[in-house]
Amino acid sequence: MTTADPNAMSVESVVAKETASSTAHKALTSPWASIVAVVIAILWTVPTAGLLITSFRPEEDITSSGWWTIFTSPKFTLDNYDQVLNGPTALSTYFVNSIVITLPAVIIPVCIATMAAYAFAWMKFPGRDFLFVAVFALQIVPIQVTMIPLLSLYVKLGLTGAEAPGGGFYTIWLSHSIFALPLAIYLLHNFMSQIPGELIESARVDGAGHVQIFSRIMLPLMAPAIAAFGIFQFLWVWNDLLVALVFGGGSPDVSPLTARLAELSGTRGQDWFLLSAGAFVSLVVPLIVFLSLQRYFVRGLLAGSVKG
Amino acid sequence: MSTGEKFVQMLIAIGLFFGVVAVILLLTQRLRSRRGELIQSAAFVLPAVLLICVGLLYPALDTIYQSFRNAAGNEFVGLDNYQTIFTDSALIRVLVNTAVWVVVVPLASTAIGLIYAVLIDRAKFEKFAKALIFLPMAISLVGASIIWKFVYDYRQTSDAQIGIANAFLKALGFDTYRFLLNEPWNTMFLIVIMIWVQAGFAMTILSASIKAIPDDIVEAARLDGASGLQLFRQITIPSIRPSLIVVLTTISITTLKAFDIVRTTTGGNFDTSVLAYQFYVESFRSFNQGLGAALAVLIFVLVMPIVIYNVRQMRKLEAR
Repeated sequence: MTTADPNAMSVESVVAKETASSTAHKALTSPWASIVAVVIAILWTVPTAGLLITSFRPEEDITSSGWWTIFTSPKFTLDNYDQVLNGPTALSTYFVNSIVITLPAVIIPVCIATMAAYAFAWMKFPGRDFLFVAVFALQIVPIQVTMIPLLSLYVKLGLTGAEAPGGGFYTIWLSHSIFALPLAIYLLHNFMSQIPGELIESARVDGAGHVQIFSRIMLPLMAPAIAAFGIFQFLWVWNDLLVALVFGGGSPDVSPLTARLAELSGTRGQDWFLLSAGAFVSLVVPLIVFLSLQRYFVRGLLAGSVKG
Repeated sequence: MSTGEKFVQMLIAIGLFFGVVAVILLLTQRLRSRRGELIQSAAFVLPAVLLICVGLLYPALDTIYQSFRNAAGNEFVGLDNYQTIFTDSALIRVLVNTAVWVVVVPLASTAIGLIYAVLIDRAKFEKFAKALIFLPMAISLVGASIIWKFVYDYRQTSDAQIGIANAFLKALGFDTYRFLLNEPWNTMFLIVIMIWVQAGFAMTILSASIKAIPDDIVEAARLDGASGLQLFRQITIPSIRPSLIVVLTTISITTLKAFDIVRTTTGGNFDTSVLAYQFYVESFRSFNQGLGAALAVLIFVLVMPIVIYNVRQMRKLEAR
């Protein structure tokens, strides 16, 4: 920069503002490149939009004309939602199940993992490093590998079936909690070990024990990281099908929305008035969570993506 | 159980859990001696370690053991189950399908995610444009499958179409097509669903990493007279290589384990089954425990090297 006038931008500073992507972007901003972007955007939204519109159309219209005809002859109804929630498909029951499954299956592993991560990061005990590496390594176990033995273990302990404590929910809560632990411990440990050691040391010199340090210093500092993992785990549990099918056994008492929808797709695959409304009943909660907490979710995304 | 009872059970479970944790913390918080600190550490670590041992380690070892036993799990059969996987024609088809999924989904999702990330970078509506592609990530695979099943819906050519894909074909003058039934392309149309879900993930990660490329590198290349496309190939791609690898491997792992799409759309019929779905069928439908276990172990063996590679790349990425 040679000029003293702050308003006159030198050529260099203008050029430096251009980054690799913007240059590439410019090079690709021929008309057809914009077309590509628009086509991708359309392909990614039209399927969802189509089903959403369909879910508000009368049953006879859905089967006799495409949803795009709505723009020439608009006709809407809420009957489909009334049907799926209160009719024989009884999605409201499964909606409740989804909530009852998800809350403990997020809260419990997050708590256990936060405590374990603290111990691995800041407490001294024999075998600490070995244990941590072992927990970390167990991330590679796909949940499929654990399912049959875990299920027979639950049967032996009497945790399955409607007569079991908690009406059979404990198998699902426990399974989700267990499967979440290795990743949660690893992630939270990464965050915790970044906190300066002097902070912990000075607290200890002042006479604070580990429990005080954990609850008064660590938890507030860890809140964003815990939120990031919590949202990730929430979406994972809410959207899960495999764990619900295997450990819920298809019972209407404990099965979540995903299990019911998958079943409907098989048995009533052509009843689009049910399937479209049903799909959006199951989508609305994760979409709200996602849209309102996107910031945290994106942060946890990369780290969390190898789970299960 | 009524709705109220379910919520009561849920609150009991959460309350019970917090009660136990609170008791543990209260009992151990006064301990200051060397031995006391050990007990304290145990209180923090043991719940997690015990759950992992009982719920992951023991079941994994048991499954490996069961994979060498017969359908009922009461007789040792050596490598028979594995031999079946690699010789039975239906199962070979499953393996081929799985291979196609694991190759096509990561490559296509990453390519689309990358192109889109570059195209909309610094565009006026960047945030909004990103959200459009990213939204499917929040949707369950079951939901995504239903959305696409409706796109693929088949009616005879002469009838009014309700699936937009066939309406499109008809408008262009072609016959309508059974997207989910006609082999071998139906697998490809299922794969499209997974690409649709995963591209948003690729786009988000790659977009962040493109924005992190230092300006001075680009500046130097531009002064040397590099064109836009050259910049993209010789600066952008090498700079985001670690992220590209992480994205590719991550999507492969997810794809290998996903069974929801196949189950919701075709139920594994019409030659569309994949490893993760076949595991579910053998274990919980056909009750062939040995074969199911062997399929699970196979997923394990296939996933292991990718995860190890993925984690190593990720640590490199974090270290930068």
